[in-house]
Amino acid sequence: MRRKAQEEYDVIIVGSGAAGGMCAYVLACSGVRVLLLEAGRDYDPVVETPMFQLPKDAPMRAAGTPEKPFGFYDATVDGGWRVPGEPYSSAEGTDFMWWRARMLGGRTNHWGRISLRMGPYDYKPYSRDGLGFDWPMSYDDMAPYYDKTEKLIGVYGSNEGLENTPDSSPGVLQPPPAPRAEELLTQKVCRDIDIPVIPAHLAIMTQRQDADRLAGELWPNHARARQVTADSMRSRAACFFATPCGRGCSIKANFQSPTVLLPPALAMGNLDILTDAMVREVTVDRTGRATGVHYIDKRTRLDEHVSARVVVVAASALESARILLNSKSNLFPDGLANGSGLVGKYVMDTVGAGVSGQVPMLENMPPHNADGASAMHLYMPWWLYQEQARGQLDFARGYHIEFGGGRKMPGFGAFGGIEPLTGGSYGQQFKEDCRRYYGSFLGFDGRGEMIPNEDSYCEVNPDEVDQWGIPTLRFHWKWSEHELNQARHMQQTFAGILEEMGGRVLSTVQADGADAIARPGQIIHEVGGVIMGDDPSRSVLNQFCQSWEVDNLFVTDGGCFVSNADKNPTLSIMAIAWRASDYIVEQLGAGSLG
Amino acid sequence: MSEDKGMFPMDRRQALKVMAIAAASPTLAACAPEDGTVDIAAVPAPTSNPLAAGTAWDPDLVAPSIPWERTLTADELESLAVLCDVIIPADERSPSASAVGAPDFIDEWVSAPYPGNERDNVVVRGGLIWLDREAAERFGPGLRFRDLTAEQHRVICDDICYLPDASEGFEAAARFFDKVRDLTSTAFWTTTQGMQDLQYVGNVPLPRWDPPPPEVLRHIGIE
Repeated sequence: MRRKAQEEYDVIIVGSGAAGGMCAYVLACSGVRVLLLEAGRDYDPVVETPMFQLPKDAPMRAAGTPEKPFGFYDATVDGGWRVPGEPYSSAEGTDFMWWRARMLGGRTNHWGRISLRMGPYDYKPYSRDGLGFDWPMSYDDMAPYYDKTEKLIGVYGSNEGLENTPDSSPGVLQPPPAPRAEELLTQKVCRDIDIPVIPAHLAIMTQRQDADRLAGELWPNHARARQVTADSMRSRAACFFATPCGRGCSIKANFQSPTVLLPPALAMGNLDILTDAMVREVTVDRTGRATGVHYIDKRTRLDEHVSARVVVVAASALESARILLNSKSNLFPDGLANGSGLVGKYVMDTVGAGVSGQVPMLENMPPHNADGASAMHLYMPWWLYQEQARGQLDFARGYHIEFGGGRKMPGFGAFGGIEPLTGGSYGQQFKEDCRRYYGSFLGFDGRGEMIPNEDSYCEVNPDEVDQWGIPTLRFHWKWSEHELNQARHMQQTFAGILEEMGGRVLSTVQADGADAIARPGQIIHEVGGVIMGDDPSRSVLNQFCQSWEVDNLFVTDGGCFVSNADKNPTLSIMAIAWRASDYIVEQLGAGSLG
Repeated sequence: MSEDKGMFPMDRRQALKVMAIAAASPTLAACAPEDGTVDIAAVPAPTSNPLAAGTAWDPDLVAPSIPWERTLTADELESLAVLCDVIIPADERSPSASAVGAPDFIDEWVSAPYPGNERDNVVVRGGLIWLDREAAERFGPGLRFRDLTAEQHRVICDDICYLPDASEGFEAAARFFDKVRDLTSTAFWTTTQGMQDLQYVGNVPLPRWDPPPPEVLRHIGIE
């Protein structure tokens, strides 16, 4: 997609993923003239998704490789923890892993679709325990935008009324799919040890959207926006419970920016998209206002410039910080909008730790289809708020549990490493052992909150440029005891659940949290680096993602996060981007953005 | 790739046909093309992807191909076929590992241009020579592993089938056996025949998602 048809643009958006895609949708639907720049190639899930291709048809049975770390069929294009020709580095003792995707829609194409709302506590964490920062807005400010986002993208789940696990408004969520056998067994066992197991929230449609109602509620006063939104919703099918979501979805049953956000935005007629456009820096005029961006046209390898009244940077948290830090000028010698010195600071990922096990009760299961919506139907929200408040835990913030297993399609690694169960069987015995154990393995993964700290940040490495001539990032990282203790608690909890199920732990339960915790960046929930706040000296952006210093500059992606609750960030990124977009429309209308 | 050309449980074309049939049923009325919205059968099923660059970072996902040459010799493949079938023999429910192309998959694996695969290349090729030497030492000069009886195979493999129990001097051979067992297992169970053997019945489009059937709930003690 390479179209720059209009003479002038109101807004340039850098990035087409969760944040950029949402901004493009809301702004275009509001009548704003938008130019969207995407660093990767054009991508169309409708024709590119390998819906029913099998592992046996792919190289190495679709095993992960350095170029395709999540396996051959993963939707990611030109991405992963390495991107060709786009290096990054880490300070000594840091092993940060930076996941990027270079494709239209960015990382929305392969993400896990887990769509959990941040709750009231999550917006005011400092007020609760004195750690980290409060957000400048509250959950009540955000609730309408969660509703709108969920209505638009389609999210299954239920309202359980649990602490800090918000309900959606009536008529917003789609029905959750019935739990699978291993999920029901886990739920039953967890009831005895007081761990709630409830329907997960995922951006997968279990039924077709009620297009007219939803579009009408989203755009009561914009007939054209209502029309394109309803048309887009009508083009989406419900999940047919086959093939993994991580490949993308050609029937548009799950959420991806290129199937859900960009088509209706393009249908408005006032959005142009330039792919293969790698943004280097935001330009400013003599008064310090943003004028546009420089980008490298990847096809010609030439530097180009485009201008607009407003610049929205939504390139993903760390790429956005990189663009600001590389936007140096006489007025902004330390990088654009960096008067606070906080651009690149307070980078967070999610705390991850897991345990895998085997459950005898799941052996020799009667054959049945256990695929479901490809991802989890149930999960465990954080449940120990009271214990934490009473000081009974040695870490401050919560985690949720994602779990799965069962009779899924055998893929690369099938029955690898089961010797502890089989004593190294081979021959007929091995064949029978595989039949017996098929579907009896379960994995539990904790996803927990990291508290921002001053030792976890990124900076521009002046000694290295990428293949586009753009200075690269260097990362620094340090976990606090809160994260390490939480990771240890996760593994102990999961081992306990397996034990309750009469199962066996097959992985190692570490005594030291530092051995249990996933590497920084490995969970791919990196946020922060361009944090928002209500004090210009202690934040880069206000609550509408607007730079304190450059009022026509916005950063609407995960960079604005000031905390990283255990709730996977994508849904919140979209809700925040929608809210920021409404503000941009309002300010443009009032003439206050030039 | 393997000899296995089947498309179990069903290929995309079949799948979409099923959806089209399902769409005619009342439960899927909303998906029926008559309402002028989604005609699932009309979703394109391309045989190649012109947008993909065809590189390792951006391969054609709808028409996969293996971009490297296989490197094992015909003799090595013959040795592997014997070992693969010692690990997964034929029985009344499914064929043996070699019958569904396991040696070819192992060849593909150990020929791949990644550091881990290059290490496995050494492990596998060296292990095959070890096996033949062990056969000659134990059962007579000139004999190779492939020449042995099933009982003689067992005598050797029992010593190397479980690394924690491997006696001194057999650790490397046990790691080799472990590697070939893992690769054979992946190769076998990912084929149509392997999935049928396990009675995997998913990857078919469904008009709706139902709870597990009663016999499954009984199996896990949930009424």
